[in-house]
Amino acid sequence: MAGIVAQLLHAALVVAVAPLLLGLARWLKARMLGRAGPPPWQPVLALAKLVRKRPVLAEGSSAVTRVAPYVAVVALFAAALLVPSFARGMALAPLSDLLLIGALLALARAAQVLAGLDAGTAFGGLGAAREASFAALAEPAFLVAVLVIAMLAGGTNLEAASAALQEGSLGLRVSLALVLVALVAVALAENARIPVDNPATHLELTMVHEAMILEASGRHLALWEAAAALKLLVWLSLLLALFAPFGTAGSLLGWPGAALLWAGKLALLVLALSAFENAIAKMRVFRVPEFLGAALLLALVGAVLLFVSGVLA
Amino acid sequence: MTPGFAALSAAFLLLAALAVASPWGGRRAGLFCGGVSAAGGLAALAGLLALGAEPAFWRLGPALALALDSLSGWFLVAVGLVVAVAAPALAAEEKGAGTARLLPLPLFVAAMLLALAAADGLTLLAGFEGMSLAAAALILARKDTAETRRAVSLLLGFSVAGGVALALSVGLLAGAAGGTGFDAIRSAPPEGWRAAAVLALVLAGAGSKAGMLPFHAWLPLAHPAAPAPVSAMMSGAMVTVALAVAARFLLDLSGPAQPLWWGAAPLLLGAATAAFGALRAVLAEDIKALLACSTIENAGMVLAALGLAACFRAADLPALAGLALAAALLHALHHALFKALLFLAAGAVLAEGGSRLLDRLGGLVHAMPATAGLALVGVASAASLPLSAGFASEWLLLQALLAGPRIGEVWLQVALAVSLATVGLAAALAAAAMLRFWGLVFLGRPRAPRVLGAREAGMLWRGPMAAAAGLLLLAGVAPGVAASGAGAVGEWLGVGAADGFGVGGGSGVAGAMLGLAAPGAAYLPLPVALLLAAVAALLWWLFRRVGRPEPVRGPAWGCGAAPPPRWLPLGDPLTQPSAAGFAQPLRRMLAEPWLARREGIVAPEPAAPGAARLGVSVGDPSVAWLLRPLGRARDWLAARAEVWRDWSLRRHLGLVLALVCALLLAFAAAG
Repeated sequence: MAGIVAQLLHAALVVAVAPLLLGLARWLKARMLGRAGPPPWQPVLALAKLVRKRPVLAEGSSAVTRVAPYVAVVALFAAALLVPSFARGMALAPLSDLLLIGALLALARAAQVLAGLDAGTAFGGLGAAREASFAALAEPAFLVAVLVIAMLAGGTNLEAASAALQEGSLGLRVSLALVLVALVAVALAENARIPVDNPATHLELTMVHEAMILEASGRHLALWEAAAALKLLVWLSLLLALFAPFGTAGSLLGWPGAALLWAGKLALLVLALSAFENAIAKMRVFRVPEFLGAALLLALVGAVLLFVSGVLA
Repeated sequence: MTPGFAALSAAFLLLAALAVASPWGGRRAGLFCGGVSAAGGLAALAGLLALGAEPAFWRLGPALALALDSLSGWFLVAVGLVVAVAAPALAAEEKGAGTARLLPLPLFVAAMLLALAAADGLTLLAGFEGMSLAAAALILARKDTAETRRAVSLLLGFSVAGGVALALSVGLLAGAAGGTGFDAIRSAPPEGWRAAAVLALVLAGAGSKAGMLPFHAWLPLAHPAAPAPVSAMMSGAMVTVALAVAARFLLDLSGPAQPLWWGAAPLLLGAATAAFGALRAVLAEDIKALLACSTIENAGMVLAALGLAACFRAADLPALAGLALAAALLHALHHALFKALLFLAAGAVLAEGGSRLLDRLGGLVHAMPATAGLALVGVASAASLPLSAGFASEWLLLQALLAGPRIGEVWLQVALAVSLATVGLAAALAAAAMLRFWGLVFLGRPRAPRVLGAREAGMLWRGPMAAAAGLLLLAGVAPGVAASGAGAVGEWLGVGAADGFGVGGGSGVAGAMLGLAAPGAAYLPLPVALLLAAVAALLWWLFRRVGRPEPVRGPAWGCGAAPPPRWLPLGDPLTQPSAAGFAQPLRRMLAEPWLARREGIVAPEPAAPGAARLGVSVGDPSVAWLLRPLGRARDWLAARAEVWRDWSLRRHLGLVLALVCALLLAFAAAG
């Protein structure tokens, strides 16, 4: 029973927090640059407005344009439900397999790539090709990171891994630090953040994510925006669940405090993200393989360190 | 006679009757293909009955022996289903043609069944070579052009070379055992240098038929040369037979006591093959060649999983060995099904859209919605999206790789981590290739006027595709059912236990899902499907509450792109991603070291009116390093052999006499 209540509360938190995270990141970035910036709740207002607007479909586009945004949001919302936030033992914890979460993210990506190709426009195809290519390079790094976590935690269940890492019996490990860096790099690429893509850009030749949804409007655009917000939340809470699981409540009494703590940790991560994005420039598209290749190598070094240190023996 | 054997014999008899009757069949190609399809169904039934049952054995002659055990049963199911699904579509291709030129078809199917059910080294070789010869005849009987001749010569060349390698390995095994029967071979497993030689020869023999590196170059040329349903059988069934032969040699005939390197070699080779095949699939511009490259990728995955199972068995980890074997078997089955489905979709697209080139297709989802939807089921499996059949088997493979470091050897652990990264790269590249395939063929605007003439494919195309898609959907939602069958195969082989899968005892609904006790993980497709459906329903309800204004149509925005001029009714072709354009990022990122990519811009002289041209070339290294040297060697030998033409009769007779004497001496020396 407590598991179901926790799951429902988690779902409500996800809905509430996801757009705010995106708004907070934009607001913090603007403040750091000395601009006033839109308020953090601006994405919520934008979503509410877009949902009511009449969508315009590009001539020649098919049902894919109309269905794909739903697929992406459903997949990402399901993934968000599987990543633990403030409580242990949520109802869906047995489903929260790291490989499944990765596959749900891939499903959302596939929907977006196909939507980009549907209207037969230049930028949509460009963005789709780049998105599929970056994913191909991010996947190996993600899997090797999962390997290290699975070796330390004994399996790929995220809930169990998070609990094992929270207990602290595994101690601080160099491998985990390396995997953290690798996963952060993958997260930046997957969320189309600087240095891989610029989420604020509308300069056509450099964008990836925006290019695929150029033709979307009305509620379809609202769904794509929601999908982007959900994806950011999934990745940030995944990083928290693995590398900063402290304070996650095991019992009902601890929930309010744990939820506040989770929100605080998320806000800190967003602050770090904004500072990082302001401090660094976007890299050329064809340097992204080096960026993600470095992530893969770091994760591999982490795995090899574990092999040599003989934790498994 | 067991019921399984009765079904298999009925399949053989039916195929023989069809082969005999084919010259007098007139124009009844539909009936003929239906008969072949029924034989495939009988073979699948025989395999199903053999799973987990007591093995049946049947010796028909000194070198002809058949056996129906769990391993051959599993692959009979896969191959039988592919044949049953693909054969009816051939009737659509052959509409109005005579059955005479379909004579090789029943022989092709029978040879595959023979190779699967063989219980003797020589029977296996006969089936293994027979299927290549029949496939070549099938291709040539339909279309005899320079292109198909080239493809068929490559097919035959690789098949003869692979057959020789396999024959040598059978010889090595039989020499130690004193007989070519599998029972004799099992009782005398190879050791030392003999084991290394057998492994290398089996990998070359079965691997070359499955498209393993570096013997893959023929697949993307030969498989597309056949009509689409035959391509489906070649990629879905013939490659599966090669994988079954590899499994037979690697895990069954060589005994349980092989060292770690016995599995490490196929693991690493398979992983490399998977990544390479997927990269070539991303770059391919012909849809059938793209699918053939994806076959290379999936065969590599299965080979890697087989190697992993051998590694776990060598390290005495039976539960994990069973897991890796189940991954191999499930992936082989799922690949056979989705590849058959996708090749049939490619055939329907070729028949209606008039081209195999991605650059001459596009926008077919409007004219062929059913074909597009069915193809999407196959694409989802090939791209291993969640809830698809392909994801279930890939999940098992990744779980097996993730659990791999429990083998204590550091060198193997590092090899496993590298294989994991490579398999991950292959999976993501395959997803990119499949999205590119579906997106460029079915979405966007037509790239050639011919596409405007396309209509929905006929029932003979759609029916088989729907059958394959239905099986894939079932396998995706309830992978535990197939996994328990794979567990039975593992138990028969002495690799793992039958009830290693399934959640909590594994019966009923719980048994339809995948749960692993040893690495502590579960994939529960039914609850995941329910969760996704619930979220979708919630979203739908929400939008209904807000009110859903009906969308209107307008010209594409495209960042303010101007509408095309009136003489371009399909829009400006340059503003749509082309086959090469969609592959450009990955070509630039990955193809340079692996595929000898070259790109160069040839600019006109300053002030000259000509356009600048971008030249792009990609080459397969195995063409440069394996095929060309072999071709040169053949030409050189042929030139040397020309000398014999000028010999007199006396010298010819002398040569024959010398040869006979040498052979007699050799026999005398061998005693």
